[in-house]
Formats: sequence, structure tokens, C-alpha cells
Amino acid sequence: MRIKVDRTKCTGCRLCLQICAIENYGEINPKKAALRIEAKFPEPGQYRPFVCTQCGKCAEVCPENAITRNDVGAYIVDKSLCTNCGACVTVCPVGVVFQHPEINHVIICNFCMKCTELCSTGAIVKWDKAPASKGGTAAAEEV
Amino acid sequence: MGNGLAGTTLRINLKTSVVRRLPTDEALFRRWHGGRGITAKLIYDEVPREADPLGPENIFIMNAGVMSGAFIPAGSKVSFGSVSPLTNGHGDSNMGGHLGPALKFAGYDLVVFENIAPRPVYLVIDDERVELRDASKFWGMKSLECEKALKDELGEDFEVATIGPAGENGVLFSCITHDFGRQAGRTGQGAVMGSKRLKAICVRGSKSLRVHDLPELRKQVTEIMLRTRKHPNMEPWQKYGTAFFIRWSNDNAVLPTYNFQTTHYEDTDKIDGDQLVTKLLVTHKACFGCWMNCGKYTKAVVPGKPAVYLEGPEYETGALCGANLGMKDIHHVAYINWLLDNLGMDSMSGGGVVAFGMECYERGLITEADLEGHALRWGEVDDVEHFLDMIAHRRGIGDWFAGGTKRAAQKIGKGSEKFAMQVKGQEMSGYDGRWAPGMLLSYMTADIGAHHNRSWTITVDMAEGRERIAGRAKIVIYLQHIRPLFDTWCICRLFWGELDITPEEIVESLNHITGWGVGVDECLRTSEMIWNLNRCHYLERNRANGRTFDYPPARSWEDKIPSGPGKGKGLTREQIEEMLDDYYDERGWDRRGNPTRALLEDLGLGDAADNLEKIGLLGEPLPGGIPKVRGEKYKPKAF
Repeated sequence: MRIKVDRTKCTGCRLCLQICAIENYGEINPKKAALRIEAKFPEPGQYRPFVCTQCGKCAEVCPENAITRNDVGAYIVDKSLCTNCGACVTVCPVGVVFQHPEINHVIICNFCMKCTELCSTGAIVKWDKAPASKGGTAAAEEV
Repeated sequence: MGNGLAGTTLRINLKTSVVRRLPTDEALFRRWHGGRGITAKLIYDEVPREADPLGPENIFIMNAGVMSGAFIPAGSKVSFGSVSPLTNGHGDSNMGGHLGPALKFAGYDLVVFENIAPRPVYLVIDDERVELRDASKFWGMKSLECEKALKDELGEDFEVATIGPAGENGVLFSCITHDFGRQAGRTGQGAVMGSKRLKAICVRGSKSLRVHDLPELRKQVTEIMLRTRKHPNMEPWQKYGTAFFIRWSNDNAVLPTYNFQTTHYEDTDKIDGDQLVTKLLVTHKACFGCWMNCGKYTKAVVPGKPAVYLEGPEYETGALCGANLGMKDIHHVAYINWLLDNLGMDSMSGGGVVAFGMECYERGLITEADLEGHALRWGEVDDVEHFLDMIAHRRGIGDWFAGGTKRAAQKIGKGSEKFAMQVKGQEMSGYDGRWAPGMLLSYMTADIGAHHNRSWTITVDMAEGRERIAGRAKIVIYLQHIRPLFDTWCICRLFWGELDITPEEIVESLNHITGWGVGVDECLRTSEMIWNLNRCHYLERNRANGRTFDYPPARSWEDKIPSGPGKGKGLTREQIEEMLDDYYDERGWDRRGNPTRALLEDLGLGDAADNLEKIGLLGEPLPGGIPKVRGEKYKPKAF
């Protein structure tokens, strides 16, 4: 299960970021979200959501083997093993592994799908029939 | 458990560069709710009555209330406030985008700027880091260009508010710009920022916003979200934003055309929402946490000029810079919108000021000799571009118009005051009130001059009778209490007005955020308190009976609407007097338009009553006492 992005539909409201942190940390704080919106203004005037593509590079590079894949395909961080070294942050090709000063481990999307439930324009949608194997890229998933 | 407040208030002395960090006064927010309420209280207490609004004694306030940044429909606003240089009274203006939430996420509720910086500066807030930096390389830059330059320097994730050349040069209707198209436009807050030599405010925050009951808030707001998505108004709002209203306004004879000479524009189909969406639209654009995305980000191409990117034109700009200037091409309206945004002028007052200049030109009251050899004709975008440049840089008669239509008319004379379409110095919004008496009364009595967001009554006037004035004052008073509440909470009012979220639902959210446990009536009373304090402040600064200031320009009663579906319609001077009498009676003010002691004490404003009494402007006691309830609850129909 993955998330499909249609960047032409994103309006930059950041509801996805809000609900992500509320669901996973019980806090209102977009900086604790596991996805990001890039805003390109004034030209060309475009929002672009970036979400985890499940490429697995974070898990490959993790020196503590703290990142493993679960049965829906999400890469889950074992908080007891993660040292917050940031190797995965550096290697993520779409920039969606995050660190936050109040959290002592990295933040990676767990595919709870709350963001897709609240997105009112269809810019990010649940993708049930996504290919199960790893190795997808952001571009391949965008409409 | 929190209360929607971030916890820290900043007091920044721009002269000495000293930044003081204080714990946020929760009682202040509890009593005044935030946003414009905080401004009302602080400027009343702190700014001397004789102080020049552009001088060192005025304070400049930024705050994001208790709801901005929370998980709430369009909880996106930031409020700016100070004594207005345009109206010489309470001034506040707010904007959506992402700055208000960023301020809260950085840990701050309120920032008060005092004094004047010796040289241009900009403020950077990055969580605990608060710095005034040298802005000499940004001073002189246009608003949108400056925002881009600051984001390039600091990082894209900083939320930036800037002023343009107009604000630097003290144009009294200067705005503050953010997010490449959101403006705090009214009351000249950009001019105050410029007078303090504060070029920009840049904020980034990474903290969590604590609220009273997040699970309940989440549950309630999610339900509202899923429900309102199915509301029939959602689709047109998402597609057009406010721009679809141009046609409606024309069809219903309220569209200001040729400087409010008529209310019917023959070329409406060239500037309406369909034109915007089909010819200009680049992307839909939303404020923080909003699923309505009424913002339309656009690209305008006018032959011989650079292609420009902007947000809009929204309804107000489309009306006031479109029909009101006789523009016949949506690209031209958008280009003028961009010029105003980039120079840093309110596109509502800006449209009003240019239209006034065009009518003066048409009547021969100003000539090419006054305009550096240029003309100022209806529908001519080049003429507008040159005239706006004269105003922004205060060249020649541009200096007169930089004070808005009221001051320009005082300079020009020759009867031009009749068609300077303003009240208390602030230009009218994009609705002609001659066949909408409640709307005209709203303009006449609004605390910041002729602005529609205090009370908008076009659908009320249509439902209750457009030639009937009886009973209208009560409804205007109610709207003047409920609509500004959103500006105290720092959230957008459109979900209430257009998607039928009830005031009770919003107050329920407020309680989930703050834990205050308040009801709607208590909130309305707070809003009434703010309204009356602002009235007292206006009287204390301007030293005459309130009624003196509550008249619209004479066009409002001397000229009937000459064309279109409203042809022949209009109000008489007697009707205007009657509406004012009725309004004052219903407010608990005397017929001179002065608040009475009984009312002020009922609202907990006894000190303001004492202050009015000292200068002889306290209202005479009313024979039958003050009305127990001021205003009559009314839900205007969405348009």
C-alpha cells in the first residue's frame, strides 16, 4: 500500500502535515509530520507534495538496523534502536525522512493514511494497488 | 494540557534593539480574545491620544490570537494593529497564509513593536532566536521581490511578511504582503510598519501548539470537514474563490462602476470569475489548514509588459480595480492587482483612489500637467501604472493621493469631496450601498471606516427590502459584533458565512482549544466591548461628536443609480439621518453618536466613560435607558 501524488491538485493547505503529527504524536505540529510540501513561488507557482516511496534506501543505510519493513510495505523505525544519526535523512531521495529537536529518533511515514483521508482535492490518495516491491521513485508515483 | 497560547510575548524596542521576552498575559487574551481585540486594548492604553500614527509613540502589534495554527477550519490568520494613519482611530487588518501559525509554532502569541529603528531593519524569529537584522539591502525593494529575496536568503520554510515602496514612503493605505499574494490591506498597517523602518518579518517555528482537548477538537473538526465538503457552495468556492461574485454583484446592482457612479458594468463578462479561471489560473492556493482553497494564483500577460504572477484578482480587487476603473480585460485587472501588491498598496483603497483620480481627470479637476504629461483615463492600464508610481513615490500630486481619497479631495477641492468614496478616510469596499441601505449604514458606522468585513448586508437588504430602512440597524449591529469575532480569534469567517458552520460550533472549537467554557453570547459581548472601546478611542483622538464622522460622501444621497437594474434607486439624506438615529438608539449611544455611561459601564468600560466625560463627549443618558440587548441575531443568506 502506497500513496499516490497528483501535484497539480495540491493547494498547499498543509492539512496533511497537521493530521500526520496529530495522529502519530498527539500534537499540533507540522514539523513532526512525515511528508512535506514544496512551494515554488512566485514562479512557476506550484505546490508539490513529497511522500515516502518505500524505496528502502533508509533501511539499507541504517547502521543499527533500526528500520524494517512491515506487512503493508511501510518502513518502521524501531525507536529503541535508532540513534538519530541521520544517515537515512541524508540518503532519502525525496527528502521525507525527518528529524525534530524534541524527538530522539527519525520520523518516517508509517502509512497510517490519515493524510489521504483529509486531503480534500485528491492531491495525495491512498494507492491500494501499488506495486508491492521496493524501488519506486517519486516521479514514478506522480500522476 | 494547553490553552491555544504559545506562551511568550515579545516587546521589541526598535530604537534600542532591545527584545524583551515576557510570559503571555493569559488574562489579556481571555478578556479580549486576541487579534483585533488585543490591538484595541493595547493601543487604547499605550498610545497617547495626540500621538502621530506614523511617529515613535504609536505601537505596531502582531498577534495570532488563540485559534490560529490549531486544527480548525482556516485557522490561518495573523492580525496587525496600531493607530491607523488612514482613519486616525483604531486600526487592524489581518491576513491568511501561513505566518500566524508559524508565529505560534515558534512559541509566540504577541509581538509589540515600539518606537522607530534608526535604520531599516527586518525581524527574524526562528524558535528561540529573535533578531533584528540590517535591512539596508532590502529597503527600496518591492513587496513580492523582497519576499523572494528573503526566502532565498533564509530558507523557503520561513514565512515572510514585507512592505513595499509605498509603505516605506508613508502612503497611508499601504499594506503588508505575505505568501506571494496574501495582504493585510486595510487601515494602512504597511505605512505604520514603514514608519518604524521595519521592512519585513520572517518566522519559522518547530514547536507544538498545546490545546485544551485535542482529541475532542480533532473529532469535531473532522466531522465538520467531511460535512462541509459536501456543501453545495464548496464547489464554486474551490473553483472560483470570491471572483464568481463579480457577476452576481453586477446582476444585483451593487457593483461599483466608474468610481461608484453606477452599479452596472457593461463589460462584466470580460472581468468575471470565468475569465479569471479560464485565462489566468495557475494553481488553486489555500491558507494553512483550509480545505476551501479560495486563493487563485494566476499569471497575467499584458502586451508590452513583463508577464506577472500574482494571487487574484479576488472579488474586491476585481470590482474596485475592474469595473470601478472601467477595465475591459481580466489580464489588465490582474496586472493592476500585481502593481498594487508589489508596490505594497491595499488593492481595495488603491482601486478607490485611482477611480477617484480618474473621475477628477474626466471632470478636468486634474490634468496631464499634474500627471507628468500622462493621462488618467477609464480602462487604460498604462495610465494607471504611471499614476500608481507617482503615488507610491509621492511625486507631484501623487503625494495628495497617497493620503487616500479624503485627503486628496481636500487638496483638489471644487466639489470633489462629493465623490471621494470613503468614510473616516478609508475607501469603500466593492459594494455600492445606494440600493442596499444596510450596507451603506455598515460603511458609515464601521470602526475602521468604509470596510465590508465588519458588516456585510447585501443579502440582508435583498431579503428584508432594499428600499426599507426600518429594522436594519439592529441587524447591522449584530453583524458588527459577530463578524469581527473571527478577527479576534484569527480564523477565516468564510466557513460560517458560506458553508453554514454555526457560531455555536465555532465557539465549541474555541472551548476545545482554550478550555474557556464560553458561550456565543459571551463572545458577542466581548466583541461589543471591543467595538465600543474603539468608538471611544476614535472620539478621544478626533475630538468631536461621533455623528460628525459617520456620513458617507454626498454621492450616496444626491445621485440616484443612473443605469442597470438599479436605475433610479437611491437613498435620501433624510433616510440616512433616520438610519443613524436608529443605529445610535439601538447601540445605547445618544443621538450625537456618543456612547453613554450606562452602556460603557455595562460593558466594563467605565474608564473609557470617564475619559469621554473629561473631554465633553460622553453620551447624554438615554430617557428610556439603554437597550438590554444590542443587535438582533440574523443569519445572512450565503450568496
